[in-house]
Amino acid sequence: MRPLLRALLFCVAFSFASNVLASDPIRIGTTPVFLDDQASFLGAWQRYMEQRLGRPVRFVQRGSYREITELVREDQLDFAWVCSPPYLRNRDRMVLAAVPLHRGKPLYQSYLIVPAGDRTTKSFADLRGKVYAFSDPDSNSGWLAPQTEMRHQHIDSSTFFKRSFFTWAHKKVVEAVAVGLAQGGSVDGYVWETLQLLHPELTAKTRVAWKSPWYGFPPIIARRSIAPTVLAQMQDLLVGMKDDEDGRRLLRQLDLDGFERGNDALFEGVEKNLKYVLGL
Amino acid sequence: MLRDFKYHYKIPLSLTLVIAVTALVVSATLTLLAYQNAKRELISNALGLGKVLSRTLLPAMLHDEPWQAYEIVATPLEIRTERGAAERVIVVLDAKNQVYVSSSPMRFPMLERLGAVDPEFGVIEKRVAGQSNDEAFTAEESDWQYIHVVVPILAEDGARLGTLIVASSHSLFLPQFYAALGGVALSTLAVLVVLLPIGWYWGRRMAEPLEYLAESMAKVGREPIEELRRGLPRSGDEVGMLGKGFDRMLQELEEKKAMEKQMLASERLAAIGRLTAGISHEINNPLGGMLNAISTYKKHGSGDALTMKTLSLLERGLLQIRETVGALLVEARLESHALTAQDIEDARTLVTPEAQKKGAQLVWRNEIAEPLPLPSTQVRQILLNLLLNAVAATEHRGRLECSVSRVNGSLRMSIANDGRQISRERLDHLYEPFAAQGEAAVGGSGIGLWVTYQLVQQLNGRIDTDSRPGGTTFTVELPIDT
Repeated sequence: MRPLLRALLFCVAFSFASNVLASDPIRIGTTPVFLDDQASFLGAWQRYMEQRLGRPVRFVQRGSYREITELVREDQLDFAWVCSPPYLRNRDRMVLAAVPLHRGKPLYQSYLIVPAGDRTTKSFADLRGKVYAFSDPDSNSGWLAPQTEMRHQHIDSSTFFKRSFFTWAHKKVVEAVAVGLAQGGSVDGYVWETLQLLHPELTAKTRVAWKSPWYGFPPIIARRSIAPTVLAQMQDLLVGMKDDEDGRRLLRQLDLDGFERGNDALFEGVEKNLKYVLGL
Repeated sequence: MLRDFKYHYKIPLSLTLVIAVTALVVSATLTLLAYQNAKRELISNALGLGKVLSRTLLPAMLHDEPWQAYEIVATPLEIRTERGAAERVIVVLDAKNQVYVSSSPMRFPMLERLGAVDPEFGVIEKRVAGQSNDEAFTAEESDWQYIHVVVPILAEDGARLGTLIVASSHSLFLPQFYAALGGVALSTLAVLVVLLPIGWYWGRRMAEPLEYLAESMAKVGREPIEELRRGLPRSGDEVGMLGKGFDRMLQELEEKKAMEKQMLASERLAAIGRLTAGISHEINNPLGGMLNAISTYKKHGSGDALTMKTLSLLERGLLQIRETVGALLVEARLESHALTAQDIEDARTLVTPEAQKKGAQLVWRNEIAEPLPLPSTQVRQILLNLLLNAVAATEHRGRLECSVSRVNGSLRMSIANDGRQISRERLDHLYEPFAAQGEAAVGGSGIGLWVTYQLVQQLNGRIDTDSRPGGTTFTVELPIDT
């Protein structure tokens, strides 16, 4: 009885939505470039977008950057908030939609963090024979940027560390270092700073030992095949968030100042790293 | 030491001790059971957790995802982190038996050898390395901090990817154990609170008759036997048997004493009788001579008036001596006729005026119907003596009772007065002649009872005195020869 009822309700709701909103939902993929595990925040953001776009919005989450990238490539997502390397490597299938502003700039850093008890480590060179945590192989701050730095120092991470692993999320890198599972880790500076606001007890167990140069902030991209009007609508919505109260409240929760349209020049540093480390 | 301990304490203490020891043994057993239960539950708990985790860990191990593996083993422990102490540690070993991940990465870092971290875990590592099958097992030693549950992590095809160790601190089941212990302690206490007073009371009740018996025995010779015989235990058990036996002994003792006293008294009276008889004869012989001499002189002598007066004086004195001696020497006198009811009534006639003088009431019961073969003179004298004594002893407007009857083969005469009780000292020498001297003598010359006693003795009878507050009764029994 109950499954039947539920199915019936679903059909009614679905037909109602398609009639009233008169279109398919906009699907937005998220990755752990921000704290995408806050379901209530995503719900609020979704309602905010639906009100302004007049269309249903669906957030789609996956376990790694790669899965989200694949979904965009297959046109199964309209937008995605990804890291710069996937965008740079998939520009044939993606266009830049917007870039977040953190502390007023569309820039961020990669942090090398160590357990708070470690008072001596200043750089990767001090972590020989230790266990190291990366966030995602497709992340700039969580893999590419530290690899670039290590290469500068002639460090081969596969032999230099006793062991290294991926946690598939920046927040989990912080946790891994905080509990001592890893003696060092690479984390998105923006995520670490936001965590310090939301969970100071967690970041207090870690110490930032080194900060990378500034890089372009992980962007929000759209599939290349998206309708220009939809893209423009979304761009206006994101950029306009800082101009209304609801939008500002959401931005505050993200610890962001707003969004700007941005341009590829922001990601030159990341592009250089890609060439330097991966030869692309 | 223990043998000198009184039953007053020994029995209640023994009962108390038995109750306490029983309660202790029971609670110790319950405690042990509670401990084993708590431990068994902990182990089965750990085993269940280990089996679930080993399956959940499989993909993480297959895909070599240490963080995922860490999250899997850390999650079940997160609830308990507030307690602080490392009560439960979960360690995942890889196929080379190195630490893959653990719930306490600081203590068991990745790729570390367990033996290098903790010798206790080193033993587990060795057992895992030496394990020939892929069965889960439990390991614990008395001096270990943890109880270890070891579960293999097996791929679908049975290949061993690693090993999961769930180490549970003893302190984990202690709260449950303490709760059970508290319950046991509380119920033991309740049982003791209820049973100990009952045991003590019961013990005291058991000891009490024995104590009383012991105390009574200690008092023999110091307190009147009548007093001792009161309150002796008479139950059907051994103590009651002792009490009854002791009572019998006391009774016999009492009888023996009374008999001894009676024998002593009658021996004394017999001695006095012999003495008086001897003296009387010795006095009577010269007395007779002297009286004869005086009589002869008076008849034939030519004495002047003074001599005659002197002789007359001597004669009167000698006659009084003879009278007194004669009274002391109660001799079987002349033959008398058989006793009839009239003889008894004569005594009544004689004593009635005396009684009336004192305003005393005389209750008379004469049940003699036919003549009895008893010397009437002696019986009359006995009855009269006793009746006159009774009148003398009775209070003004008192009451006298006399009953004469034939009981079995005896004549029984019972004379009672309601006068003062005769003192114990006086009673001991009641029948002795002149015994009343120095004391408020109850009339007479002091030989009335002596004479009565002698008469009764001559008739082979017996005389008893029962004197108590409110009156005295003399009972005479004379056997009738048939």
